[in-house]
Amino acid sequence: HAAWKSGMSERQYVTTGEVIGEEAGFLRGHGTVAKDGKLQATVSGFVQRVNKLVSVHALNSRYQGEIGDVVVCRILEVADKLWRVDLNSRKNAILMLSAVHLPGGVQRRRTQQDQLNMRQYFVEGDLISAEVQAVKQDGSIHLHTRSLKYGKLNKGLFLSVPASLIKRCKKHFHTLKCGVDIILGNNGYVWMQFSREQDGEE
Amino acid sequence: MSKREFISPQGLRIDGRKPGEIRRIDCTLGPFSHADGSAVLEQGNTKVIASVYGPREAKRKGDVLHDRAIVTCEMSITSFATSERKQRSKTDRRLKERSLAIQQIFESVISTHLYPRSQISIFVQVVQSDGGDMAASINASTLALIDAGIPMQDFLTACTIGFVDGTPILDINYTESASSGPEVTAAIVTKSRKISYMQMADKLPIQHLEKMMLAATEGCLMVYEILKKKIKAHSYSLLHARGTAPS
Repeated sequence: HAAWKSGMSERQYVTTGEVIGEEAGFLRGHGTVAKDGKLQATVSGFVQRVNKLVSVHALNSRYQGEIGDVVVCRILEVADKLWRVDLNSRKNAILMLSAVHLPGGVQRRRTQQDQLNMRQYFVEGDLISAEVQAVKQDGSIHLHTRSLKYGKLNKGLFLSVPASLIKRCKKHFHTLKCGVDIILGNNGYVWMQFSREQDGEE
Repeated sequence: MSKREFISPQGLRIDGRKPGEIRRIDCTLGPFSHADGSAVLEQGNTKVIASVYGPREAKRKGDVLHDRAIVTCEMSITSFATSERKQRSKTDRRLKERSLAIQQIFESVISTHLYPRSQISIFVQVVQSDGGDMAASINASTLALIDAGIPMQDFLTACTIGFVDGTPILDINYTESASSGPEVTAAIVTKSRKISYMQMADKLPIQHLEKMMLAATEGCLMVYEILKKKIKAHSYSLLHARGTAPS
């Protein structure tokens, strides 16, 4: 999580409503509000200063999607040319039909038949791994599974942890030496299954 | 016929407190992992549990607002909270009134414009009732919202004031509130010192109102100081647990 990177010059702790400093000459980041010429914290947490940007990050907060995040999520609804997906975020995410990997070929125009066969790919209750494609103006998250490593997950173990505990890394798909594949979704949803090479031992 | 003295000749109340003293406050932040934010707050013998869910997809699509989040609140009192066991239904009028009050108070203080088309739900349950339930519920809700990381414009605290022999008494308990004196529940936003909520169901001479409001502000600020320390301690212990403690 961005706030815990080393190189933070100050670890000032503020509670909601506390004054952080003067407003002049600083850019207001997340978790701050300007009142009476002073910067005030809106959440309780540690102040992060990056050059002129001042922001306060709470220790615990709901997952807020960012482009490129790997997430594990559950299909909630099959709708017109899209699936609605539960991301444990403030709004349900959307997986467009045009954003999934179709078996016939990589690039193919989605036909009427594809639309009618949506249930053959994902149904309500399915767990999938995907990547955040875009975060729209109103905060809705669009996902895509346009890579072979993403897709439906089955025969494994699902776990939910607070999203703020998952650090943003280069790799979210790991293979542990004990023969377990693990997907650490940025949204706090974690998936574990046996590695494909080994055959169900322990 | 001895009239019970609410303030003794030595200037002490029934439980030994001075008129300007609030009860012992203890709180636990984040006891429930399934909720986004939760808190258990004890003010003297009054114990309240608050859970916050959100911001999340609204339960009723028809209720969403396009430019901000909606805040809902549901308050309940357990049947074993009072000394006499009493089953209270969720549609109890007083509970509904209090739930609505909490909803409106926090709607004004939460930065709802950051979460359009979402819902923030606050669930408050009074587990032990010894006076000052509403104030404790508001304080517990503030803690739960902070635990959930939901941004608020200011820190909201609440306090109950009574009035005995011309003196405002802070943070009254059940025995003092059962007396015939007036009882005011007030909530203020601590940075700007503005009164966010004030409720009274008794008669009070108008000349005493200003004294009561000043006492309410004092009481709320005392609560704020204590809660601030508790929140900071909780954050540091969380950081230690995560292994990223600041040096």
